[in-house]
Amino acid sequence: MNIIVCLKQVFATDARIKIAPDGKTVSEEQIEWIMSPYDEFALEEALRIREAKSGKITALTLGPERCTTMLRSAFALGVDAAVHLKDPLFDNLDALAVARVLAEAIRKIPHDLVLFGKQGVGVDQGLVQSMVAELLGLPLANIVTKLSVEADKVRCLREVDGGSEWVECGLPAIVSAQKGLNDPRIANLKGIMAAKKKPIDVWNAQSLGVTADSIGASTLTHDSYVLPPPRKAGKVLQGTAEDTAQQLVSLLRNEAKII
Amino acid sequence: MGKTFLIYIETKDSKARKSSIEALCAARRVAGDSTAAAVVIGQCDDASSLAQYGVSAVYTVNAPSTAGFSSDLHAAAVAAAADKVKPDFIGGSATVLGRELFGRLSARLGRTAAMDCIEMKWDGGLKLVRPVYSGKALATVSFQGEAPHLFTLRPNVFPADAPAAGLSCALTPLDVSLDATKATSRVVEVLRGAAGELDVAEAQVVISGGRGMKGHENFDVLRKLVAVIPNAALGASRAAVDSGWIDHSHQVGQTGKVVSPQLYIACGISGAIQHLAGMSSSKCIVAVNKDPEAPIFKLADYGIVGDLFEVVPKLVEEFKKLLAQ
Repeated sequence: MNIIVCLKQVFATDARIKIAPDGKTVSEEQIEWIMSPYDEFALEEALRIREAKSGKITALTLGPERCTTMLRSAFALGVDAAVHLKDPLFDNLDALAVARVLAEAIRKIPHDLVLFGKQGVGVDQGLVQSMVAELLGLPLANIVTKLSVEADKVRCLREVDGGSEWVECGLPAIVSAQKGLNDPRIANLKGIMAAKKKPIDVWNAQSLGVTADSIGASTLTHDSYVLPPPRKAGKVLQGTAEDTAQQLVSLLRNEAKII
Repeated sequence: MGKTFLIYIETKDSKARKSSIEALCAARRVAGDSTAAAVVIGQCDDASSLAQYGVSAVYTVNAPSTAGFSSDLHAAAVAAAADKVKPDFIGGSATVLGRELFGRLSARLGRTAAMDCIEMKWDGGLKLVRPVYSGKALATVSFQGEAPHLFTLRPNVFPADAPAAGLSCALTPLDVSLDATKATSRVVEVLRGAAGELDVAEAQVVISGGRGMKGHENFDVLRKLVAVIPNAALGASRAAVDSGWIDHSHQVGQTGKVVSPQLYIACGISGAIQHLAGMSSSKCIVAVNKDPEAPIFKLADYGIVGDLFEVVPKLVEEFKKLLAQ
């Protein structure tokens, strides 16, 4: 089974966000970059499927030079190949433009299953996997917490509002991983050492066969950023459990007017 | 720039979802003298009552009842509806299914949707604000290129207007046929959450437990409080979920759900930055924690320094008394 795992490098989740002085960008200074947490679940699932069924895993990412470290981590965990889509044309793309470039790359890599994290943590649009599914005409099981691969299909438990659903998709299919799908392993020293020598395939726009025109101009731009208004610490209630409970309920009704 | 809207109405149990009505009302308010129409796919028993929110038309698309939700079919239907109605904006709610649908629709129509917006107004054009980094920052976005432009609104943020009683409208069936056999995925079994249990993203009140809960069985203490407050849901911090005490669907924060309820009660949660990102836009925050230095107190409107196992049962009694009045 040929599996592609799409990975995105993002800010560490404990990063404090700073806005550039002009208010137009989020500062990347002093940021620790990590593999998006949901992509870790996707990668782990790929490793487990290969262990059960054999096959080949290709890690695929789009981003600048810094993403090399993430692809090395993917090698350390056990992927067989890594493709890095890197070109000045690929900088600052919106979700659909990213999806178009990824879709072109996926066409060129044999695949039965394409795994994504359910979203990158950062821009938080959560769109790319469904866009790629539409561009490639493939089925999608989105936000999945259980996955089983059968002869010619996958059976997935997907999260929906207020419940979950088992869905079946014929192969090839796209599946996006939600937390709960598995418990990702940690790379061992042997894997980390071996990863340093593995070759990363770097594809630019020309080798991928895309142009500024075929990628298309961004149709959604993030123009300015602000930090959310700071909250002020409020009242600390004093007294016994009973006293404080009484005060709180009274304040919620009479002061906050919530209840 | 025109400002006509077409809002996708998601259904649940053959009824329009509340979050879709919120999106419809928000579009209606922004549209002003212009129009907001609704499009409904498949069975929707209350479709004609959408007129009570001032829609100009309700378009319907027949779908085989066996189809379930299939984002590829639904995206095709909404695209076909948009082709006939020619709106300037196509909107919906950023529910789980709404996100998947608008991803496919974006690819079909060749433009990127602005997802999960929390502010929408008209100022020479449609101005949308959406949280990024799980709410650690807010971005103002704009659309480039030609209409239609696509957006979804975060559930539970935009108020639904009171329905104008008695209004109803004729439904306008669209000549769009959906072939269930063309769906690329198939729903084979639907599992519901526990009966009557509300999702944290949709609740007006969220009561969350963290590391201080000490074990899965202790969440029953919070469940009792959830049970006495109307429209309340049970939440949890990552620490509680990763300890295996409660399912991930309850997790609030950067690798869980981002919520904006009227009232958020954090019990035994210290307030890691990833958790605060997911709940700091709540209208009113209450923290119950033994540790007076816990970061959660820095943003709580009301803090109780104490043992949640003593305080929460008293809160159950007090809420019962108050709500019985």
